[in-house]
This record gives sequence, C-alpha cells and structure tokens, in this order.
Amino acid sequence: MNTFTYRKIKNASLYVLVCLFAGLTAVPLFAILGQVLIKGWRQLIVSDFFVKSTPTTLDALIALRSGEIIPGGIANGIVGTILMVLMATFIAIPIGIFAGIYLAEYKTSKYASIIRFLTDLLQGVPSIVVGVVAFIWVVIPLKSYSALAGSAALTVMMLPLIIRSTEETMKMIPNTMKEAGLALGTSYPIVILRVMLPSAFGGIFTGVLLAVSRVIGETAPLMLTALGSTMIQWDVTRPNSAVSLLIWEFYNDPNLQSLVWSASLFLLIFVLTLNIIAKQIAKKWRIQ
Amino acid sequence: MENTIKENILTLKDVCISYTPGQNAVNMVTADIQKGLITSIMGPSGCGKSTLLRAINRMHELYPGITITGDIKLNNKDILKMNAIEVRRMAGMVFQRPNPFPTLSIYDNVIAGYTLNGIKKTKDEKDEIVENSLKNVALWDEVKDVLQKKGTFLSGGQQQRLCIARALALKPDILLMDEPTSALDPIATNRIEELLVELKKEVTIVIVTHNMSQAARISDYSMFMYLGDLIEYDTTKKMFTNPQDKRTEEYLTGKFG
Ligand SMILES: Nc1ncnc2c1ncn2[C@@H]1O[C@H](COP(=O)(O)OP(=O)(O)OP(=O)(O)O)[C@@H](O)[C@H]1O
Ligand SMILES: [Mg+2]
Repeated sequence: MNTFTYRKIKNASLYVLVCLFAGLTAVPLFAILGQVLIKGWRQLIVSDFFVKSTPTTLDALIALRSGEIIPGGIANGIVGTILMVLMATFIAIPIGIFAGIYLAEYKTSKYASIIRFLTDLLQGVPSIVVGVVAFIWVVIPLKSYSALAGSAALTVMMLPLIIRSTEETMKMIPNTMKEAGLALGTSYPIVILRVMLPSAFGGIFTGVLLAVSRVIGETAPLMLTALGSTMIQWDVTRPNSAVSLLIWEFYNDPNLQSLVWSASLFLLIFVLTLNIIAKQIAKKWRIQ
Repeated sequence: MENTIKENILTLKDVCISYTPGQNAVNMVTADIQKGLITSIMGPSGCGKSTLLRAINRMHELYPGITITGDIKLNNKDILKMNAIEVRRMAGMVFQRPNPFPTLSIYDNVIAGYTLNGIKKTKDEKDEIVENSLKNVALWDEVKDVLQKKGTFLSGGQQQRLCIARALALKPDILLMDEPTSALDPIATNRIEELLVELKKEVTIVIVTHNMSQAARISDYSMFMYLGDLIEYDTTKKMFTNPQDKRTEEYLTGKFG
C-alpha cells in the first residue's frame, strides 16, 4: 500500500515537473510577443507605417513633445527587405535545388560528401562573417553599398538550408518512383525534373520558406552590405534599408526608440506567418 | 498451342549478370520466349529472377558496377547495343509495389509515358489512349468519373491496375512484371490474374512470381531458376506434372523455397 502511494506521488510529481519545463519553453515566446504587441501595436495600426519612410529624429522629437504618435513608417525598410530577400531567394532556389539534387542522387560519391560537409560548415558560419565576405566581394568591386550586395550575403545564408532540405526530401522519395519513370522510357534528367522534383515540392518549398524566415531578420550582414537608406529605394545598385536595419537604427536614436517595438512586431508577425504556412505546406504535401 | 506458329519475341543466350566481379547472380541463362504467351519465372528468393527480368529492359543500369554478358535480343535486336530509352518503350515494366506518380491524376498517370517523353498528342487522342488503356485493365468503369483525382487515391489493387495501364498505354511488345501481386490481397490478385490472361492477346508477358499456383493458373511456359542458373524451362503443364529436374520437383512440392 505504502509503496503504491509513494509511486503514485512520484509519478505525479514527475508529470508536473515535465509539464512545467515544457511550459517554460513557451514563456520566452509569449514574453516577446506580449512585450512587442503591447508596445508596438499602436504604431502598426496607423496606415502611414507601411507607406511612409522613416521620420527624421526632429519630426519624432516634435511628435513626442506634443504627445502624438510618431509620424512616418518603415516603408523604406519593407521595400529594401522585400527586394533583397526576393533577389536572394531567386538566386538561392535554383542553385540550392540543383545542389540538393546532386547530393541526393550521388550520395556515395566522394565529391558529394565534400560538398555536404562544406554545406554544413557554411550553415555554421556566423552571419557577420558572411557580411564581411560580401563586403569584400561585392561592395568593394561595385564601389558602393547596395541591395545587390545585401542579397548576395543573404543568398549565401539561404543556400545551406535549401540544399539540405532538397537533399533530404529527394532522398525520402522511394526509388520505385524513379524506376517507374525510367521504365516508361523517360530519360534520366526528365525523370528527375518532372517526376522526382514535383514529388519533392512540399519539402523543398518548406525549406525555402524556412530559409526566407531565417534571413529576413538578419541584421549584421546587411550593415556591411546594404548599409541603410532613409528613403524608399528601388535601385538595387544603391544603398538600401531593411526592416531589421531600421530596428537597429531606431534603437540607436533616443527619439525613435518607440518605433523599435512596432518594427519588431511587423517582422515577428511576418516570420511567424511564414513558419505557420511552411508547417501547413509540409503537412499537406507530405510524401506518401 | 501445338498448331500455332511459334514466334520468339525475346531470346536470351548465355546471359550472365553479376553485381560483384566473379560472382554471377544470373549464370549462363539461355531461353527463347514466345510471343503472345505468359511466361512465369519461379525460384527461391535470391535466385536471380528480378536481376534477369530487370536486365531485359536495362533497368539494371541503375546499379553501378553491374556487369552483363551474353545476348539479349528483343524482336531480333540486341538490347544491350540499343538505346536504353528505346528498349524500355518496347519492354514495359510493372513493379512489386504499385507506384503511380503521386503528384499526377489518374488520367495523367495513364498518359505519363507520352507527356514525360514529349510525345505530342491531341486531346482526343489522349482521351482515347486513356480510355482504351483503362478498359484493358478493367479499371475504366471504376474510375471514369474520377479521372482527375490523384492516382494514389485508389486502392492498392486499383493502383496496380493503373500501373499496368500506364505501361500498356505505350503499346509495348512485352510486359515485364516483377511479383506484381505480392503486395495485394487475394481478391485484387485474382482480378489481375484474370486481366493478364485477357491481355495475352495484346502483349507478351513475362512474370516473376513466388506464388506457384499463380504460375500454374496463368502461365503457358514456366522457368525455374536456382542460384542463378536456369534449371528448367518448359510448358507450365509439363513442369507441374512431370518436372525433369529433382530441384524443380522439390521446389514445386514445397521441400524448399
Ligand atoms: N543491388 C544489388 N547489389 C548487389 N547484389 C544484389 C543486388 N540485388 C540483388 N543482388 C544479389 O543478386 C542475387 C539475385 O537477386 P535477385 O533480386 O535477382 O533475386 P530474386 O530471385 O528476385 O529474389 P526475390 O525472390 O527475393 O525477389 C542475390 O544473391 C542478391 O543478393
Ligand atoms: Mg525479386
């Protein structure tokens, strides 16, 4: 009897403990979300926020003095982020997918294992280092900071994620699929492109979305490459802004500090949405 | 069969296949396979049935390091000297597990041999090919209203018939089947067996099977392989009633295998 109740208590307390720690991991997420929401929502619902560029510190000061909401927004940052992330995605997708296919198809080749190892290394390279390299390779030859340089840095950061997700998904497709294609007298490249790749679409797309959500908040490499811009800038050869860069700039300007929250909220919502979409797609397109 | 003229569609001569040098998975197989008949290949696991079958449409090339010697002639053409793609159009293949393309609809699965190979067909021609192929495998009535659904939406037996239809759509001369019913239940198996007997009119069939009664039921000729050797090759009737080799007899009576 005694040992029975003792065991029951032990079980129950372990259960409570496990639940507690599991719950604890949710605390930072909700703390961040809550904090950013409370401090940032007011600015975000003002439509100017998405169409106007960063206010000057003087405008902000005047608004602060009279107790109004700071005018202006982060449109310059949004445009920069969209430009750079789009360019990076368009470059990283074909390279990443082809590299991933190569790794999946030639698993055992020596060259493939070297590439796989390098890809893992690349994933571990600190983003600031990627920024420095992009600075030397793109900014210096072009003699200007630019969205182009920024997107080069982001491309490098996206590649490992796309390569590995493509590789893993392609490997998951049963070999019988390839055989089915070949047995119909289809050439190997066509089988890869029109049979295997569509079957792997879900996994690859998820990988791309996760790569996007990973780089969309990157700040360090962009400081060294895109630099920043106070106006909306569509010319990719000119210095450009990004939402993450703006957060850093707002933080450094005492008059603009309250904008940190709304810009963060925007970024957070964007990344969370991407993650949720990625999860849905992964579920829907799961390989049978 | 006695009064029909025998015409060989496939001739194997001294065929040796090895995955590792010096070790033949298929050893000196010589056999002529007749047109318009069903020939079954039997034998214990690992005796080289799949290896031999896959060599006939050059699927063995998927394994690096495999070597093959001897002659394999399909319609009097040496398949080892032909373009692999051409060989595979003449020799369709159906696998152990149904493998319809999961991203394609039933319709697109049937027509896949054309679309993937860039063979242009008008909508009417395609409709006709799809309908005929699905009728050939007795699947038309079951799926004619759901042609746009994914192929993987069907039951296992229906999927396998879809795969047969996909292979037939290209009008191959010979259909190679590697244990096509081993993943199916008895009812689905039965349907496929009936189907194969029907299909004989259109296409020569070579079928690998572990199921002796299946071989006895549907095949005209049978091969018995053991450890890479072709031990016996004769009419199914003769093999089952009066096997010439002791090993064949032992296998057929369930002493090993
Ligand atoms: N990919 C491969 N690499 C190396 N050896 C192989 C490979 N596939 C088959 N073998 C060997 O070749 C021999 C014949 O194999 P095969 O698959 O042709 O046999 P099987 O008669 O089809 O057997 P089962 O009835 O189990 O399907 C076996 O000894 C097997 O171990
Ligand atoms: Mg086999």
